[in-house]
This record gives sequence, C-alpha cells and structure tokens, in this order.
Amino acid sequence: MVFALAGNQNSGKTTLFNQLTGSNQHVGNFPGVTVERKDGTIKGYKNITLVDLPGIYSLSPFSKEEVVSRDFIIDQKPSAIINIVDATNVERSLFLTLQLIELNIPMVIALNMMDEMRESGSTVDIKRMEEGLGVPVIPISASKNEGVAELLEVAVRTAKTRQNPKVTDFCSGPVHRTVHSIRHIIEDHAERIGIPDKFAATKIAEGDDILMDRLELSQNEKELIEHDVQEMETEMNMDREAAMADMRYTFIDNLCAETVKKSGYSKAHSRSLKIDGLLTHKTWAIPIFIGIMLFVFWLTFGIVGTTASDAFSGVIDSLIGVVDANLTNYGINEVVHSLVIDGVFAGIGSVLSFLPIIVILFFCLSMLEDSGYMARVAFVMDKPLRKIGLSGRSFVPMLIGFGCTVPAVMATRTLTSERDKKMTILMTPFMSCSAKLPVYGMLTGIFFGSSAVKVIIVLYVIGIGLALLCGFIMNRSVLKGNPVPFVMELPNYRMPTGKNTGMLLWDKARDFLTRAFTVIFLGTIIIWFFRTFDLHMNVAATADISMLAYFGRLIAPAFRPMGFGNWMSTTALITGFAAKEAIISTLTVLVGGTGKTVTEAVAGLFTQRSAWAYLVFILVYTPCIAAVSAIRRELGSSVQTIGVVIFQCAVAWVASLIVYGIVGLIL
Amino acid sequence: MTLNELKIGERARITAVGGQGAVRRRLLAMGLTPRTEVFIRKFAPMGDPIEIHLRSYELTIRVEDAEKIEVTKIEE
Ligand SMILES: Nc1nc2c(ncn2[C@@H]2O[C@H](COP(=O)(O)OP(=O)(O)OP(=O)(O)O)[C@@H](O)[C@H]2O)c(=O)[nH]1
Ligand SMILES: [Mg+2]
Repeated sequence: MVFALAGNQNSGKTTLFNQLTGSNQHVGNFPGVTVERKDGTIKGYKNITLVDLPGIYSLSPFSKEEVVSRDFIIDQKPSAIINIVDATNVERSLFLTLQLIELNIPMVIALNMMDEMRESGSTVDIKRMEEGLGVPVIPISASKNEGVAELLEVAVRTAKTRQNPKVTDFCSGPVHRTVHSIRHIIEDHAERIGIPDKFAATKIAEGDDILMDRLELSQNEKELIEHDVQEMETEMNMDREAAMADMRYTFIDNLCAETVKKSGYSKAHSRSLKIDGLLTHKTWAIPIFIGIMLFVFWLTFGIVGTTASDAFSGVIDSLIGVVDANLTNYGINEVVHSLVIDGVFAGIGSVLSFLPIIVILFFCLSMLEDSGYMARVAFVMDKPLRKIGLSGRSFVPMLIGFGCTVPAVMATRTLTSERDKKMTILMTPFMSCSAKLPVYGMLTGIFFGSSAVKVIIVLYVIGIGLALLCGFIMNRSVLKGNPVPFVMELPNYRMPTGKNTGMLLWDKARDFLTRAFTVIFLGTIIIWFFRTFDLHMNVAATADISMLAYFGRLIAPAFRPMGFGNWMSTTALITGFAAKEAIISTLTVLVGGTGKTVTEAVAGLFTQRSAWAYLVFILVYTPCIAAVSAIRRELGSSVQTIGVVIFQCAVAWVASLIVYGIVGLIL
Repeated sequence: MTLNELKIGERARITAVGGQGAVRRRLLAMGLTPRTEVFIRKFAPMGDPIEIHLRSYELTIRVEDAEKIEVTKIEE
C-alpha cells in the first residue's frame, strides 16, 4: 500500500514522515522546505510505503515543486491520503482538504500542532469536524510524537476497508447547481480518463482548460457548461474562480465557527508578533539582519570556532605522531611509510581539523531556518532584491549556499519562474560554501596571521558583491524580466528542537567525514602517486620531476599573471573540483616529504599578494562536482551547466587578476 | 479603496480580488476571498511588501498585488 502525505507548506509533513519511517529528512520552520518526493517504509509495516510531498495550498499548483505533489496525488492514486492540517491555521488548511476529499480516495486528517493549541487553551470539536467533513480526524502533535500511533492505526484501517470520504459535496447556492449540472454532463468523459467526476466538475467550473481538453467534450456539451458557468457568475456577482473559492471558504467558515474555539491570538502567535516587533522593524530590521550574520561569523571564526578546531587538530596530530613512530619502529618500506603518513594521514588530517568549524556554521544556519527567521529575511529582502529583478524568495537559496551549494540549488525549485531560478542558480555558487572554509582557514592562517579572520570576511563580501554584480548585469542583458510574485506565509517563531538540530548536525558531520574518507582519501592517494613517481614510473628524486609536476606545468601558465603559476597550486585547483577541501589536502601532500613543515613549505609557494589572488580564484571558480550535478538536475540541460562552469571560471580568473592588481597597489 | 491604502491596523473587509492567473488563484487559495476580514500588520522596511493578517495568520504580499484587492473599511 502507498500512503501519501499531503498538506500545506510548513504543516509538519516531514516531521510526521520522520516519526513514522524513522528517517532523517530535512525539517525547517519555513514554507517550502521539501522540494521533492521522498519515499519511506513505515516502521512495523513493511508493506506500506509513505510518500512525503512538497507542501501545497490547493490542487492548482503555483510552482514546480507543487506540481510534483499534485501529479502524484491525482495520477498515482495512493491507497490513502494522510492530510496534515495545521490546527493553529485550520481555515486555510481546509481549503486543500476540501479539494482532496473530492478526489474520493480513502483519506484521514491528521490535525497537527495540537500542543500549540493546548498551550493557548484552544479546542477543536473533533467529532463535529469528522461529521462535517466525512473523514476521520485524529489530533496529533508530530514533533512530540503524540497521537501518531492512533493516526497510523486509523489510516491503515481506512485504507484496508477502502473507506472513501462520506461527504463530497460542500457547495451551496448557485455554485451547487452549476457544479451538479456540469457533473452530469462530464460524468462519462471523466470516467473514461480515470478522474473522479466530482473533482473534474469543480475543476471545470473553476475554468481548468487543460482538463477541459482532456475530457474531449462535444461542442454542445461545452456550450451547456459555459451557459451554466455564466449563470453562476451573474448570480454570485463574481467570476468563476472567485466563486469557487468563495464557496469553499463559506463552507469552511461555517464549519470552523461550530468546531474551533479560540480566544484571540495563540501563545505562539502573540510571541511571534512581539519578536517581529523588533526583527522586522521598519528601521531596525536590516541592521539587525547584518548584526546576526556578523554574529554567526564571529561564532564560526572567532574564539569558539578556532578553539574547538585547534583542540581537534591537536588530537589528530598526536594520532599521526603515534602511527608515524610505530611505522618507523616496525621498519616499514619507505615508500609505504610515505604513502601512509605524507599521503593519507597528512591529507585527510589537514581537512578533518576543520570539522568543528563546519559544525558550528551549520548549527547557526539551522537556527536561522528552524526558528522561523528565514521567512522574515525573505520578507525584508524582497524589495532590495527586486532591484536586480529577483524576489525575496531567492534570498533563501543564497543563505543556504553558505552551508552547501547542493541543497541551495535544489531550494530554487520553490521559485516560480524559470528566469528567477536560472539567475539564482548562477548567483548561489558565489556564496562561499562551508567546504571552502578549510581552504580559507589554512591559507589565511599561513599568510595573514592575526588578520586572517578579516581576510576571510573580505572574501565572503567579495563573493556576495560578485553575485549581486552578476545579477545586476544579467537582469539588464540575457535574463531580462519581472520578478516572480511574492505571496508567502510568515510562520510563527518556534524553538528549534534539540532532536532536529542534533540530527541535522550529525547529518552534516557525517557528510563531511564521508567526503574526507572517500573523495579526499582517494584524491590524496592519487596525488601522492603522481607526485612520487616520474614519467618512467621510477620514484622521483624530488617532486619537481614527478609526473604531477609535468601535468601541473601544462596549465600553470594560465595563472602566471596572478602570481600563482606554480604547478603545485594549480594542481590543487584541479582536485578542488572533486571537493573543495581537497585543495588543502592536495597542497599538504604536495609539499610534504621535504623536511620542512607544511606551513613553511606552503609559505614558499605564494606571496601575500598572490595568496589573495589564489583565495579569490578559489572563492569563485567552478562549483564542485556534486554542486555541478545538482545544477545540471535543476537546469535540465548539460549545455547550460557547462556554460555555468565556464562562466564561473572566467569570472574567477578576471576577479583574481583584478584583486592581484589592487593588492599590488596597496601593499 | 484598495488593501494597500489602509492604514496599519485598520480593519477592513475584502469586496473583490482583482488581477489574474496564477497569482490571483494563489491569493484566493490563501483565503483572500470576498467578505474576509483583513488588516495591515506592517510594511517591510522599504515600504514593500506588506504583512497582512487574515484568517488568524500572517501573510506577506506585494503592494502591486494588494492594489488589486478591493476592500471596505469596517466602521468601529
Ligand atoms: N509545536 C509543534 N511544531 C511542529 C509540530 N510538527 C511540526 N512542527 C514544526 O513545524 C515546522 C515545519 O515542519 P516540517 O515537517 O518541515 O513541515 P512540512 O510540512 O514538511 O513543510 P514543507 O516541506 O515546507 O512543506 C518545523 O519547525 C517543525 O519543528 C508539532 O506537532 N508541534
Ligand atoms: Mg517537508
């Protein structure tokens, strides 16, 4: 059996999905977190697949990810629909519910967020609501795992007995007459193409031309329908779309008046209003946002981050020391010794020591998202972003991009126009992702000492500046157009749950460790190999005559104008395509085995001036392979993806050259 | 008058939702239907978009869309 989770954005579908399947899908207090369908098996029920879907507000979708949900529910005909309704927001949620019921498939309603209702002393008359809607209603709290077992039981029973909704008619007055008359006309046609007739009738009444064509009605039938609709429009004194929405909300208003008892704002709501009094304040909103971002930086790069990462790298170094001593005692072959210590350990170790910093950064980003602040940022930034033809929504992928470009690029699915999507995808890689942090950390530490953090902040600013500049130019040239509409719910602020945050951090740490022990591990071995042997497969006396040096020198000239045309730094750029952290593991391996410390050896590769140029190049040049494939998926075109890669590299080259020039003037 | 012309906190009732296409359908789905009570909660720092309150939740829409929503003030 297949159960589908359907409901408004931010109603708690993914939270429930995680509870029922034991998975760890991303949850966030922001409308539109889930952008693709996710399947899972319900714990204890091997034969039931649960499908988590992007949130929707109606079955007439608005953006690309919403089409996924609509198509799944209508075309795949799940065995049952679990419709999540946010109890603190019943009216708006039921608008979708009424449409789902018209589909006439077994359905249960999970009335979520009951904990918030309780907290504010509001109640829902469950019995009365079940009667009114003709489907079972089960109060739950997905995040607190209350009522979830009962919900599952009822859902299984409803699906097994194929209990379709008992009520499917919510219309009254002129709409009622029109829908019924349309239903008679299209009955046979709808059956032929396998669409529930009630659903088809309301869609036609609303004016769904695509469905109209699919039904293949005769001219006479079409005219009859048109006549009915006109009658309805005249009597209601509004057009068909408004009339249908009005009909649904009239039913909902009556039902809620009988079933939902609240007094004023809920606790969570009035708390949010107070917080917003400051965070979206007319004058303070933007300074506060900048302040919050600076605070995040301070946490990550300041005392907290560096202390944690120093302690961690101490542990790693002593571990390497122990292994090194043991291998020497054992008298192992020198080439193997070099592979293990100079290759694998040094390479991976150089990257691993940055784990604490990355965890802190992701912690901050998840706080911004889980608290509900991200939606406010979109609200505040909408107008400024419109200057480059984007909407506030585009800001969210960019913010996520500071963590990782892959989920950021995927988040662009919530943008409703292809143009906005393309532009945001092009701008997102300019936001320094967390994988670039180890690179910045190591290089600035070597070349800029105590001003390292300032240099890193300047790098972030350069990235943001370049993104805006590119956006500005594209908006005036290749990607002209109007920003997409901006209609977004502002969810209540919520305290991020320890479980969610913990799971997210664990996920990100695991990602990072996996990368360190797969891509970077392999990379270091390959690099070690090409550095150790020369073109004749003999052990090279010095790295300078190794195979790698030979290849590295082929492309090095391209970077001579920026002062880092040595083969080592250019080779590191190539491995950086696999994963950005590999740049430093590569450098570490390359300079190793010369008797000097890594710091001394790397210091010999650059001057402060060329280090600037190198860092800027790394900031901007091609996104890593994982990000490129995400971009390929979203753009749906290899040619355009290659275009993006070339574009980024070209911008990187120019930006790096300019910075090299400017720094030359200053120093 | 239209929705964007209300003062902050002034309660009003929607009389008609203008505009067309997907945006209008979204506004209707979000509950901006005739007879619904709304008020403006606040304007974003640069005067646009606006945060409105309706059906016991907060929604943000742009001024250009609010201009297409006809309302009548509720006399206190
Ligand atoms: N208080 C409370 N919060 C909840 C409950 N269930 C979910 N949440 C919170 O609601 C927010 C949204 O949850 P998600 O599971 O991401 O919602 P979703 O429906 O998957 O949202 P989209 O993927 O954006 O459509 C998160 O901040 C959750 O922690 C609940 O029962 N009580
Ligand atoms: Mg979700």
